[in-house]
Amino acid sequence: MNHLVFFPIILPFLTGILLLLLPQQYLQLKRITSLASTMLLIAIASVLLNKAADGTILAYALGNWAPPFGIVLVNDRLTAWMLLVTALVATGALLYAIRGIDKDGAYFHVLFQLQLFGLNGAFLTGDLFNLFVFFEILLLASYSLLLHGGGRLKTKAGLHFVVINLVGSSLFLFAVGTLYGLLGTLNMADLAVKIANVPTENIAFIRTAGLLLFAVFALKAALLPLYLWLPAAYAHTTAPVAALFAIMTKVGAYCILRVYTLIFGSQAGHLANLIEAWLLPLALLTLIIGVLGTLASTRLRHQIAYLVITSIGTLLTAFGMNSETSIAAGLYYLPHSTFAAAAFFLLADCIANRRDVMNDQFEPGPIVQQQRLLGVSFFVLAILIAGMPPLSGFIGKLLILKAALAHPALPWIMAIVLTTSLLTIIALARSGSMLFYRAQAPHICHINPDIQRSGMSIACELAPIIGLVCLSIGLLIWADSIIGFVTATANQLMQPEHYIRSVLDLEVQSL
Amino acid sequence: MELLVSVIIGILTACGIYLSLRGRTFPVVLGLTFLSYAVNLFLLTMGRLAVGNPPIISENAAHYADPLPQALVLTAIVISFGMTAFVIILSLRAFLEMGNDQVDGKHKPQ
Repeated sequence: MNHLVFFPIILPFLTGILLLLLPQQYLQLKRITSLASTMLLIAIASVLLNKAADGTILAYALGNWAPPFGIVLVNDRLTAWMLLVTALVATGALLYAIRGIDKDGAYFHVLFQLQLFGLNGAFLTGDLFNLFVFFEILLLASYSLLLHGGGRLKTKAGLHFVVINLVGSSLFLFAVGTLYGLLGTLNMADLAVKIANVPTENIAFIRTAGLLLFAVFALKAALLPLYLWLPAAYAHTTAPVAALFAIMTKVGAYCILRVYTLIFGSQAGHLANLIEAWLLPLALLTLIIGVLGTLASTRLRHQIAYLVITSIGTLLTAFGMNSETSIAAGLYYLPHSTFAAAAFFLLADCIANRRDVMNDQFEPGPIVQQQRLLGVSFFVLAILIAGMPPLSGFIGKLLILKAALAHPALPWIMAIVLTTSLLTIIALARSGSMLFYRAQAPHICHINPDIQRSGMSIACELAPIIGLVCLSIGLLIWADSIIGFVTATANQLMQPEHYIRSVLDLEVQSL
Repeated sequence: MELLVSVIIGILTACGIYLSLRGRTFPVVLGLTFLSYAVNLFLLTMGRLAVGNPPIISENAAHYADPLPQALVLTAIVISFGMTAFVIILSLRAFLEMGNDQVDGKHKPQ
């Protein structure tokens, strides 16, 4: 039954290949297959989460090669949590995409599944080089998804995104090479053991490699100063892709959390808590830059992209405090911010499609069709993403601030998190009033022929958005048990011995 | 030999970084290629430089070369090859769609 750990990787991969083989005209079949596979992923992730919930760490030796020689996949609480969040966001994005956006290019569903393949692999793998390979898989799929549908602005943003990520990949390889050259292993658990008693003359090199890795993960997470690729890339791509990309920055955050609690954690001897001095200040600065971008945006999609940066700033502030309660708070905030950003990207597309030439610009445009419904959705999502009570964003931020009480940098964290929250609310209030209240008479409004005016159409459009909002409400309703789970997750991360033992003592049965 | 290889890796990396900071897409692509060459060589070096040692079990070998970096390099080469192909096509498309080969796509006055 251990083989289940491999399913989140192999399922999207096989589905992707199957979709590639299906002829172009069977679009409905492709949609159903893709959706069924993504929904199956939710089920698999739930089973894995259930298995991991009691603290068991399932390690799976690929090809029956015993660790540390072979590649292992590891399912612990954190991995299962990330897998579930990914599967849920992906389902939301796919439900929106199958309404017609997937027709813009030939291989949307193939690329979508391959993207999930890369994401799930990155979460599951317990090997640093394998992590690089899965990064490349998810990036290559994301490059193509980003460009899906074509267009000048997409190409320009895509070029920047591709080039900076290729440089990031080179840095990743330099770091991995250095670690292998000095420690002789790439298995994360084995690295954690070996790094504790590294000879003094090698410490400087390993520190360099560790910080290079941090630069790579910070690039993926869009941490200051490596966030510049994000706003253009997210703002110009199609809505479902942007919604799926809401999880992409979280891959960087996940890797930071995994590598710097496991390998460079508190037990790494001279290299203990390697990035502690960097992560918190950078995260707080990211928060400030993100909110300034939110205020300065002239288009809704740009604004949401900056909100993604703000949420990464908040998330990494929580991880940067490096205590059990703060990591738990971050892990509660992570799904909330992912669902909220994904839903907001989808809603921005709904609104932009109904504003004719004004698209998503913050200028008085035509009165939006079904403005009450869309206005209410905008309002709910704005409350959700800004972290106002009574929705899950509030609990997330409350937990983070509560964790900050025990931290020496408390005044800074309090001041920055609270001020940026206020500024986010102001920015969103301004954009909401611009989009809905200051709309003019509908005489210039030529509705895009793709959008039918029937109530049925808007119900289908809003369904994935409402679904994602419901997930956030679910985070609120079951807050107690979820906080219990994320606290246990943080506890497991802070005590990596169990992880190391589960991987290195893995018994490989002969077939 | 160590000195020679390290100097080569250093020069390749420096060229790669310089070229990838240029404003036109072609030098940037070249720069990325240089960077990937440097990193491939670097990975290979991480198994320590040795001449004439077999990487797999053989009866009359006194020393062995580490086979893992070679496997890593092979993977890295395949990936960087694919990525280079992709970025070339993307640059071509950017050139055709934007009418110039500037990375930031700005039209220069003629």
